[in-house]
Amino acid sequence: MSKQKITGKAFVLGRNIDTDQIIPAEHLVYSLDDPEERKFYGRYALSGVPDEQSGLPKGNIPLVEEDAFESDFNIIVGGPNFGCGSSREHAPASLDIAGVEAIIAPTFARIFYRNSVDGGFVIPYESLENLSQEVETGDKLEIDPERQTVTNTTQNKSYNIRPLGSVADIVNAGGIFEFARKEGMIDVKN
Amino acid sequence: MGMTLTEKILAKHSGASSVEPGESVWVDVDVLMTHDVCGPPSISIFRDQFGEDARVWDKDKLVIIPDHYIFTNDKYANRNVDILRAFAADQDLPHFYDVGSESYKGVCHIALPEEGFTRPGEVLFGTDSHTCTAGAFGQFATGIGNTDAAFIMGTGQLWVKVPETMRFEFNGTSMPPYLMAKDIILKIIGDIGVDGATYRTMEFGGPGISCMSMEDRMTLTNMVIEAGGKNGVVEPDTKTEAYVRERTNKDFEAVYSDPDAEYHSTYQYNLEEMVPMVAKPHSPDNKATAIELEGTKLDRAYIGSCTGGKLSDFKAAAEIITGHDLKIDTYVVPATTEIARGLKTETLNGRPLIEIFKEAGCKIGNASCAACLGGPSDTFGRLNNQEVCISTTNRNYPGRMGSKDSAVYLASPYTVAASAVTGKITDPRVFIQETVI
Repeated sequence: MSKQKITGKAFVLGRNIDTDQIIPAEHLVYSLDDPEERKFYGRYALSGVPDEQSGLPKGNIPLVEEDAFESDFNIIVGGPNFGCGSSREHAPASLDIAGVEAIIAPTFARIFYRNSVDGGFVIPYESLENLSQEVETGDKLEIDPERQTVTNTTQNKSYNIRPLGSVADIVNAGGIFEFARKEGMIDVKN
Repeated sequence: MGMTLTEKILAKHSGASSVEPGESVWVDVDVLMTHDVCGPPSISIFRDQFGEDARVWDKDKLVIIPDHYIFTNDKYANRNVDILRAFAADQDLPHFYDVGSESYKGVCHIALPEEGFTRPGEVLFGTDSHTCTAGAFGQFATGIGNTDAAFIMGTGQLWVKVPETMRFEFNGTSMPPYLMAKDIILKIIGDIGVDGATYRTMEFGGPGISCMSMEDRMTLTNMVIEAGGKNGVVEPDTKTEAYVRERTNKDFEAVYSDPDAEYHSTYQYNLEEMVPMVAKPHSPDNKATAIELEGTKLDRAYIGSCTGGKLSDFKAAAEIITGHDLKIDTYVVPATTEIARGLKTETLNGRPLIEIFKEAGCKIGNASCAACLGGPSDTFGRLNNQEVCISTTNRNYPGRMGSKDSAVYLASPYTVAASAVTGKITDPRVFIQETVI
């Protein structure tokens, strides 16, 4: 999983994007198990971001168009402290359900990072620079985990990302359960 | 090399003689807490991964406390409580605090200590970021997601990266009469930033700690997550011991940081020099002193939540509110049913606190999280428009208490109460001096 390249369109946000902005608390009532209800997490992903800060640098771009359930953008580029706030796993889950595959940010809040990895939702890549000031929403990006680079093919620029380090095994396995099963740590079904 | 309190707890629970910051260890869990928002998906993952008939690893160690969306007509929110109810019955769980029952408690982070689950030296995980509150009792306590909670339900274990520890020392031997723990933690978060403690422990100590009540300490550790902290911790002392012993018969073994423990950094604060603080919209580190913001017009005041809805918070607010008419809508929400009872029994100048609040025109809610985090549109006290609110809660990111057009200032119960009296942000020293003299 982490070894595969991810290509797609960038959606850019600022610093301190907290979990209430990622999925406002009023929407946490839908069942993640019910396929029909689950879709609403995609619809409301990032709906709490103030309009002018949604889809930088221009703003006023929603991640998911009104009445849609999935996004055309599959890579989020954020500023420092992405995912701060609550422990709600619905946050990385909602981004996953909306079609987001990876997030690139200089730093992540601890619980969000962990939830992204342990639940196998989205891959959180730490960048060496704050790319939210370099990339524009809609730019085409290519993440190459093996070379540890992200290339902006629209602007023809390349940047370095940090290796996943000790969580790479969990990311590669697809989540903490898959990892534990592979390691023979737990005797669970599947 | 010595170890910090947090390192010692993680070493002990992973079967190691010592651990170092940065290493990942698997720890045995003493208590897992979940609530109505994250409980149902955690239960679902548990069943999916361990089987429909799987039993939780230790039913005495799983605590389920519905508190977030309780008093709402939202059918999905109510369904969440039904799922918890069915799971507790199916698994025969002894520690389920059901809505509408005698045992209903309210906000999980205050209910856990009240029911004796916050024991020094132990490991507590909870599916809520403010689980770090329990560090006030010298426990390792941190928030996790649904997948991690499901993993614990099945195995009783979880991996943890050992955090570095930041030390915050308080000098001074008494709290000035106008100062509350909320002022102190807002100052610290403002100083280090909302990511200033990311992946780290915030350890609070020094002579000033001993003059703080357990409730003060809980306010400090509650908000370490607002600086990105993994956990917050206060070394146990006689106050800790007395509080915990009063509420549980279970054995526990307190641990303490070694004198030669290695810290990431150390900060010093003199309690006697500290002043009432406010966090401006839209971030908990957007600090100002109350004086700097004096005169800022407000629409609403809110006193409640895990960080601002304890009995000591209401006693403080009542000291200021008593005998005054309020200029703005003011919401009072006790964190737990025990605190709600306390509002009736606790008195100020011979009058129950609840009477003081009612006479001043406060709207009193049921014990729960209520509007601290927005919630369904009919949630008590929720901000549904462009209101500007001053609140004792712990988070003020855009839209936190409801509408993303609203704005929230965070402050101590003293400052919120003083501001409710004038309708504008007001330094509480104006009123405290009246009271003291």
